Amino acid sequence: MANEVLKVEHLEKYYQKKHVLHDINFSISKGEVITLLGPSGSGKSTLIRCLNGLEDFRNGEITFENKKVVPSEKNWQQLRQKIGMVFQSYDLFPNLTVLDNIMLGPTKVQKRNVEEVKKEIDELLEKVDLLDYKNAYPRQLSGGQKQRIAIVRALALHPEFMLFDEVTASLDPEMVRGVLNIIQDLADQDDMTMIIVTHEMNFAQQIADRVLFLKDGSILEDTPGKKFFKDPTTDQAKEFLQSMDF
Amino acid sequence: MVHSGINVLFQGTNFMRLLLGMWTTFKIAAIAIVIGLIIGIILGILRTFHNKLLRFILRIYLEFFRIVPTVVLLFLFYYILPRQMNLHMPGTQVAMLVFALWVAAEMSDIVRGALISVPIHQKESGLAIGLTRFQLYRYVLVPQAVSLELPATINLITRVIKTTSILMLISVMDVVNIGQQIVEANNQKYPTGVFWIYGLIFLLYFLIDYPLSWWAGRLEKKRLEQTNGE
Repeated sequence: MANEVLKVEHLEKYYQKKHVLHDINFSISKGEVITLLGPSGSGKSTLIRCLNGLEDFRNGEITFENKKVVPSEKNWQQLRQKIGMVFQSYDLFPNLTVLDNIMLGPTKVQKRNVEEVKKEIDELLEKVDLLDYKNAYPRQLSGGQKQRIAIVRALALHPEFMLFDEVTASLDPEMVRGVLNIIQDLADQDDMTMIIVTHEMNFAQQIADRVLFLKDGSILEDTPGKKFFKDPTTDQAKEFLQSMDF
Repeated sequence: MVHSGINVLFQGTNFMRLLLGMWTTFKIAAIAIVIGLIIGIILGILRTFHNKLLRFILRIYLEFFRIVPTVVLLFLFYYILPRQMNLHMPGTQVAMLVFALWVAAEMSDIVRGALISVPIHQKESGLAIGLTRFQLYRYVLVPQAVSLELPATINLITRVIKTTSILMLISVMDVVNIGQQIVEANNQKYPTGVFWIYGLIFLLYFLIDYPLSWWAGRLEKKRLEQTNGE
C-alpha cells in the first residue's frame, strides 16, 4: 500500500522465557485510527512499546514509511521524533516548567528556531485551554491537565504517527473527557495516524477505524471498528465486550 | 587575669597562626571537595550504565575508599607512594589527593542512588520525545537527581571538613597541628592554654560546619514537605 505508515510482520516478544507476543502482523495507513483492545495482561502495552523501541523484540520486522527499522539506539532515537507516544502516568519532567517540558524536544532534539517553536506552542496550548499554565510547574497541575500537556509535548515534535498507552487510565473520571476530546480532535481535524490502547469502550467505539483485539499475546481479530462492536467474530471478543461495562 | 589561659591566644602571632592554619585546612578541604564532586558525579553516572565490567571496577573503587579508614589512606599515600613509586608530594597535596579520591568514591554512590531513584517513566518519556542518552541525563535525570542528592552531598562535605583534623598525622600545618605546637610551646606559662586553643579550634570548625549541616537539614525538610504535599 502506498500510504502505509507502519507495518509489523511476524513480531515475537519474550520476557526471559515468557512468550508475551506471538506472531504479530498488521499495518496501519495514513490517517487511520486503530484501537488496541483486550483484557489486561494481553500484551497491548508491550506491543505499542515495541513500536517506538522502548521494548526490544526477538523476531520480526517493523517497517516505518516503507523503510525497514534496524533496531539500534541511534535509529530509534531518530524515529521517535516521528512516532510520538503518551503514557498512562503523565510523565512531565518535574524539574521543568510546562513550556520547557514542551520545548525540550523541538529545540534540543530537532534544533528548531526557539521563537518559532514558542509561537507554535502558544497555539497548541491555546487549543487545549492551558495557555495560562505555560510557566507553571507540573506539580501545580491536575492529572488531566498534565496529561493534556504530555500530549502537546508529543505533538510539538510534529510526529507522523501517535501512540497512546492507556492515557486516561489513571485520571479521575471528570478529567477523562477533556483528554479524550483532544485525541478525537486529532483524528477529526488533523487526520493523525494513531494507535490507541484504551479501556474507554465508548471512546474506542467512536474513534476506531479498526480494532485489533489482543488476547494472551496474539491478535485474534483485526476488524473495522463498527463491525467489532456490533458483531465480533471470535467468542473471546464477544466475551470481552460483554464483560466491559458500557 | 595576667596568667589566665585565654591570653595564650593573643601572645605574639598565635591568633594569626591559628587562623592561617584554618585557612590551610579550609583550602585543602575545598579543593578536594570540588575535584571530588566533579569526578564523583561522572563516576556516578557511569555506574548507572549497563556495562558490567565498568560497574564492577567502580564498585571496587568505592568499597576500597569506604572501607579503608582515612588515616590509613593518608599514611598509605604519604609514606608508600614516595618509597614504592618514587613519587614525592608535599603533605598538603597528598591530603588533597586522598580526600578528593574519597569524596569521588562517596559521591559516586550518592549520585548513582539518586539517578536510579528517578522513576523509570521519566527516562521513558524522555526517550519518547527523541532525547539522546546524553540529553536525557543532561536535561532530565541529572537535574532531578541533584535535588534528591543535595542534602546527602552537603553532609558529605561536612564530614570531609571535620576529617581534615587528622591531617597533622602527615605533617600538614593545619589548624590542629599549629594549635598543638602553640600548646606545647606555652605549656609552662599557660597551663590552661590547651582549653582555649582547642576551644578556638572547636569554634572555627563549628562555624564552618554548622551552617552546612543546618542547610542540609532544611533542604531535606523542604523536599519532604514538597513530596508529601503533592
